[in-house]
Amino acid sequence: MRTDSTDTVNHHATAEEVIRCEQLTKRYPGNILAVDRLDLSVHHGEIFGLLGPNGAGKTTTVGMLTTLVIPTGGKAFVAGINVVANPALVKQVVGVVAQTNNLDRALTVWENLYYHGRFFGMSAKESRDAADESLAKFRLTERAKAEVMTISGGMAKRLMVARALLHRPPVLFLDEPTAGLDPQSRIALWEILDKLHADGQTILLTTHYMEEADSLCDRLAIMDHGRILAIDTPNGLKETVGTDSIVTVTATGDLGALARFLQERVEGVTKSQIVGGVVQLHVKGTRGVLPKVVAAAEQGGFNITDLSVAEPSLETVFINLTGKELRD
Amino acid sequence: MADIASPTVYPTKSMRSAAAASRSAFWALLLRDLTVLRKNLGIFIARTLVQPFLLVFVFLYVFPKIGQGIGGSAGTGGESSFAAVLVAGVVGLSIMFQGIQAVALPLANEFGYTKEIEDRVLAPLPVSLVAVGKVVAGAIQGLIAAAIVFPIASVIHAPGVQAQLSVNWPVLLTLIPLSAIMTSSFGLVLGTRIEPRNIGVMFGFIVLPITFLGGTYYPWTSLGAIKVGSVPWLQILVCANPLIYVTEGFRAALTTAPHMPLYVIYTVLSALCGLFLWMGCRGFLRRVIS
Repeated sequence: MRTDSTDTVNHHATAEEVIRCEQLTKRYPGNILAVDRLDLSVHHGEIFGLLGPNGAGKTTTVGMLTTLVIPTGGKAFVAGINVVANPALVKQVVGVVAQTNNLDRALTVWENLYYHGRFFGMSAKESRDAADESLAKFRLTERAKAEVMTISGGMAKRLMVARALLHRPPVLFLDEPTAGLDPQSRIALWEILDKLHADGQTILLTTHYMEEADSLCDRLAIMDHGRILAIDTPNGLKETVGTDSIVTVTATGDLGALARFLQERVEGVTKSQIVGGVVQLHVKGTRGVLPKVVAAAEQGGFNITDLSVAEPSLETVFINLTGKELRD
Repeated sequence: MADIASPTVYPTKSMRSAAAASRSAFWALLLRDLTVLRKNLGIFIARTLVQPFLLVFVFLYVFPKIGQGIGGSAGTGGESSFAAVLVAGVVGLSIMFQGIQAVALPLANEFGYTKEIEDRVLAPLPVSLVAVGKVVAGAIQGLIAAAIVFPIASVIHAPGVQAQLSVNWPVLLTLIPLSAIMTSSFGLVLGTRIEPRNIGVMFGFIVLPITFLGGTYYPWTSLGAIKVGSVPWLQILVCANPLIYVTEGFRAALTTAPHMPLYVIYTVLSALCGLFLWMGCRGFLRRVIS
């Protein structure tokens, strides 16, 4: 790496740190604050997730880290390279899988990989070999000569991942990788990401799917309105809820009154709230809580139509942090 | 899938200088565009040939055959000098069309909803070089178009009609690349400034006026005859048309007919190259970087 300019390289970056954002901000024309003073650090070899609803600023953050969006404030470094000062260099170290299918429709499946390799300075032979190898690994060899418009959404996504990795970037960015995929393709993609992770690939992905964030990511940042509300492991985040289980009560009538009533009457309820038309109770100690809820509700003259108990999920964490649901 | 990613390859070891990476990426972008051209070669040749063929067929074959006067004077003498005027115009027009079609039309797709240009924007070179690459690829198509059209335009005509060409090679060989770069830069301006969904409108409001008022069918010098009072208004008006400098240039290169002074042609074409490239690169950046 060239170190001729002090602005090029972040000398404070640790060897372990692959992505670093300091007070990173993007304000779009019209005074729209998409990302607000973001501090972030992603380590080598981890899958890091940005979790949040649409419009939280996740895609803008990825855009800034991959040079497609120019920050209006703060700093960002990828593999130690200043994103704003050296966009052309940063592009050598990032692989990007966009949310939409942005494969080159003028080229075949194989050619999409081959020319990507050439863009990144591979010789004709290197790129041919890399494309062949990559097609085999991503189980696309049979469709090598197909026009990219004719392959399925799942295959297109796999091809995009294959293309993004062809030049062996230290960091792979995936923006909503499984949005719009059928369940089978989604699971197939998760398996691919798991394998990449096992191989030590650093991955930053954005998602608004709870289960995706929960099962894939080593660490997560929960984002809303351009800000990071919490950063931790999925389990660490769930522990912050400070409760053993969540009881969801579906009922008719005055839900506010029911929520207050249950919190008073049922032992172990630390918190009650109405979310999306149902009452949620945070409960310490789960033994026998459902019968107690039913009995109390009957006593109070409320009509319960459904009842369930679950461990705290990232959904709960999100509701706790923002007071609203994170809808799929 | 044991080694899809190679964690040990770290940028400190494998990274190339920005200049080296840009150079190879630029060539690869050109290679990609030329591959797409090769795949669509049939359509490319057809679309290159249709317009000049029709122009030459109607003006130099049908008109003389049916006795419709062209060229200002009766008889094959007038037709022959018109033929020379038209050959120059047709070559210029073909380069112009190629520039617009080769650059502006694909960009409408590539900037569209899926943003398929993105993978090329993420290639390791400054983004404005991606735009310049588009211009170079478009200019190459313009050169090929000129090479295809010129022989055809100079041989198709009715018996007795002769395109009396007198080729000024230095002018021709400098003018073809200059015109090709200018017109494909113009294509870049159109492709980046016009909303992808409005690209069809471009033909009606921009390409057609440019074609008809670009000196394809008549030399610019003769427009001096169209006056209001003592002002040759049309001759002045068409100076705003980039095509006029191309067709007049080819008139200078291919005929002995009167033409716009060469120093004007070269100066304006060079200035337009610079202006359109600058505008086009800015437009391109605005499209892909926010």
